[in-house]
Amino acid sequence: MAAELFFKSIAELGALLDTKTVSSAELTQAVIARTKAVEGRVKAFNSFDEADALAQASASDARRAAGQARGPLEGIPVGLKDVISVAGQPLTASSKMLANFVSPYDATVTTKLKGAGAVIWGRLNCDEFAMGSSTENSAFGPTANPWDLSRVPGGSSGGSSAALAAGETIAALGSDTGGSIRQPAALCGVVGLKPTYGLVSRYGLIAFASSLDQIGPFARTVEDAAIMLGAIAGHDPLDSTSFKADIPDYRAEVKRRQGPWRLGIPKEYFGAGLDPEVNAAVERAIAFYRAQGCEIKEVSLPHTQYCLDTYYIIATAEASSNLARYDGIRYGHRSKDAKDAVDIYFKSRAEGFGAEVKRRIILGTYVLSSGYYDAFYLRAQKVRTLIRQDFLNAYREVDALLTPTSPVPAFKLGEKSDPLALYLCDIYTIGVNLAGLPALSVPCGFTTGGLPIGLQLIGQPFAEANLLAMARAYEQAHDWHRQHPSL
Amino acid sequence: MNYEAVIGLEVHVQIKTNSKVFTRVAAGYGQPENTLTDPVVLALPGTLPVMNKAALDAIIKAGLLLGCEIAPVCKWDRKNYFYPDSPKNYQISQYDQPMCLGGSVEIELPGPARNVMGEHKRIPLTRIHLEEDVGKLNHFATESLVDYNRAGTPLMEIVSDPTMHSAEEAFAYLTSLRATMIYGGISDCDMEKGQLRCDANISIRPVGETKLGTKVELKNLNSISFVRDGIAHEIKRQLAVLERGGTLVQETRDYDGQTGTSQSLRSKEMAHDYRYFPDPDLMPVKVDEGWKDKLRAECPELSFPKQRRFAEAYALPYTLTSVLVWDKALADYFEEAVKLAGSGKAQAVGNWVVNDLLRELGTSHRALSDSKISPAHLAALVQLVDSGTVLTNAAKEIFVEMFATGETPGVIADRRGLRATATDAGELEQWCRDSIAANAKAVVEFKAGKDSAINAFKGPVMKAAKGKADPKLVDATLRRLLAAMG
Repeated sequence: MAAELFFKSIAELGALLDTKTVSSAELTQAVIARTKAVEGRVKAFNSFDEADALAQASASDARRAAGQARGPLEGIPVGLKDVISVAGQPLTASSKMLANFVSPYDATVTTKLKGAGAVIWGRLNCDEFAMGSSTENSAFGPTANPWDLSRVPGGSSGGSSAALAAGETIAALGSDTGGSIRQPAALCGVVGLKPTYGLVSRYGLIAFASSLDQIGPFARTVEDAAIMLGAIAGHDPLDSTSFKADIPDYRAEVKRRQGPWRLGIPKEYFGAGLDPEVNAAVERAIAFYRAQGCEIKEVSLPHTQYCLDTYYIIATAEASSNLARYDGIRYGHRSKDAKDAVDIYFKSRAEGFGAEVKRRIILGTYVLSSGYYDAFYLRAQKVRTLIRQDFLNAYREVDALLTPTSPVPAFKLGEKSDPLALYLCDIYTIGVNLAGLPALSVPCGFTTGGLPIGLQLIGQPFAEANLLAMARAYEQAHDWHRQHPSL
Repeated sequence: MNYEAVIGLEVHVQIKTNSKVFTRVAAGYGQPENTLTDPVVLALPGTLPVMNKAALDAIIKAGLLLGCEIAPVCKWDRKNYFYPDSPKNYQISQYDQPMCLGGSVEIELPGPARNVMGEHKRIPLTRIHLEEDVGKLNHFATESLVDYNRAGTPLMEIVSDPTMHSAEEAFAYLTSLRATMIYGGISDCDMEKGQLRCDANISIRPVGETKLGTKVELKNLNSISFVRDGIAHEIKRQLAVLERGGTLVQETRDYDGQTGTSQSLRSKEMAHDYRYFPDPDLMPVKVDEGWKDKLRAECPELSFPKQRRFAEAYALPYTLTSVLVWDKALADYFEEAVKLAGSGKAQAVGNWVVNDLLRELGTSHRALSDSKISPAHLAALVQLVDSGTVLTNAAKEIFVEMFATGETPGVIADRRGLRATATDAGELEQWCRDSIAANAKAVVEFKAGKDSAINAFKGPVMKAAKGKADPKLVDATLRRLLAAMG
């Protein structure tokens, strides 16, 4: 029993903690032991601080003993992607540029998780500055998929999904700019939610593309994802783009809300490039919902073909500016060979950034340049509006959209060396970011080779409770989430 | 050939707010290096800007004071460039939608004499936008250090149309703009503290030509006098180049006010591509009519309209109005004292303020706010003089003591025995008789028709009276006694 603590859900562990069957210290210890046992093969963490985690766990146990438990996350270890700031802990963005950087402040989500009693656990690997779809772009080496160690866990939040699948944490946070939560969740067989843009504060999240980035949870179950979302959602005066919305009790709503729902199947998401096994699994999920009495309707998102181009113009433009601050002057990597200020910039950035980051900075700088701005950036913003309108038009007829999360299951490490081939992994996820919508990935089966497959549900703005309820209806009737990789 | 100069000014004014423009840390000057910083100012990974509404209020107010059109939405852009004083390597600014468009600054050119009003005109403005200030670089022998205390201070860039034609106009423009900002409580505009900074764009062209000549940008004009001197110097330099048959190049020059010389910093070829784009971290802020109306209600009367009102309502001469209105606190002080003394006493109050109060403040290096003489005390003094209770010379003494002690003029007059009524008529008549008896020569001259000879008797009388005799009464008594001598 105790040996399997690390595979339990937040909800299950909450019951054990509440009845004092297990303490947070014991749970945290079990997660640490599991991490030490498998981390050599999974490599999900950039770093972790055992002593700090155990101290947090003891403090949690003391609160519980004093009758001051703070809710469902009290005493639960939660891993954070290494782009989310934790005071006193490293914050590297998996980049050589920030290899030795320790953040002096907490991100708003970190503050909220601490306030909810969670044990902040470890710095999870990702693609450098969250740019990638496989976690191979990490300056500290790739993370392996726990279901098949020769394969990628997805990305950019691959450390988060892999650690959770491998039992190295109970839940995790990632960030999603073009699919970076949902795609790794799909590839690792866990639940991943990208909230509506503005629902969760970005303060303390290393910015990749400000108008697209959102922090969201990874969890074993939909209910756990609801618990995590409830802890991190809400307006933040430190983030001007955070929305002043009423935050429902997601956990209660998810259990309360029942279908049937009207579900749209966007025809553009089932075309060339979609793996037949993924297609089949998603078709079975559609059949399930139909059997539950849901109205299934084919819809069209006609501007889908422009999503990738639009995304790579807007995201890189914002990134080129967001990453300008990493210059070797105030913090971060500074070249030892630099002779003057300009030299510090050139050499430090040349040495500190990896190839994909440089590629995107160059692309973003180009599209913002005088004479190109109107043709690229301004035009992309207009297309972005059309893409959002596509979704809003569809929502006149349906409550949510149902699609594959990723066109393919986990691929081999090193298999996709062409950047464009990697960019295509995101074709079903980036439209959601451009439109600012909530979406989640929930496990919907395995390939014959034993690789997880993810089902994506895309919701209306701020309709996370609905989306989670739909996903839970599916999850309750299946047992994909109860399966764990053997490591 | 005759040439005319064309001058446009770009003025940066720091807005006086408690905190910085995009974070809560305090804004200020003169603190130890890098103490007015926080994760946002230092652009640490993950930080985000949040707009300080007080800064937006201030620029809207500035725009209202200068008659600008206020943008319906406050929109933010990023200006991208690498420089160590800019922590994010982009500056949050306003590019295509500045907060204020149009408007103008009323200026007064130098008059034919110091005490005569000069010509007034309006210099049109192009735009005013809001941005964040940068840090400060300190260069040493082998290294440079950056102080980010200034970084993130709210800063307005006020751009005039290129319609000024002389160094004097530029000087008058800056003087008036500065007064407006101080009047509005928008900035203290202390140039030594960098709260007001000015760059000048200068070109010359043949008189009658409408196209602008080659523009030179003059930087580091760090006092209003240096702006005037630097522009005058640059106009002369450009004329000299053309007169020797040379050509002007578009460049940026650095003016050294100490030596009165300038040197080229960079030429046009090094122009930046700032890659402006809307800042995705900041939502546009709607500025509705109610917001503007509230700020409009807080806008004070500016100095030139005030000067015209003082001249009209109080019948004050230019010599007084021109001094009274430049400092809003001084003008308010004056009006308060007039209100208490009675509007007929405006000139007397004005004289006291301009001549005596400013002199005492100047010699004691004190600000008006530190003065111990309240408007009520000054009004009381004016009334004592007006009623003849205190004579002018005594009043001057009383004033100096009021300034030192803060006591009322009545208390001082009593303690020092300076009330005019201390002298009785019998005593005065005896002193007059004595004085006439002692100066037979003046009596002869007076009798011969030289009226001014009467003054020779007054000195001894005043001396005997220890200054407390009423000069009018002395004069009348002397004339009566002299006439009686037949």
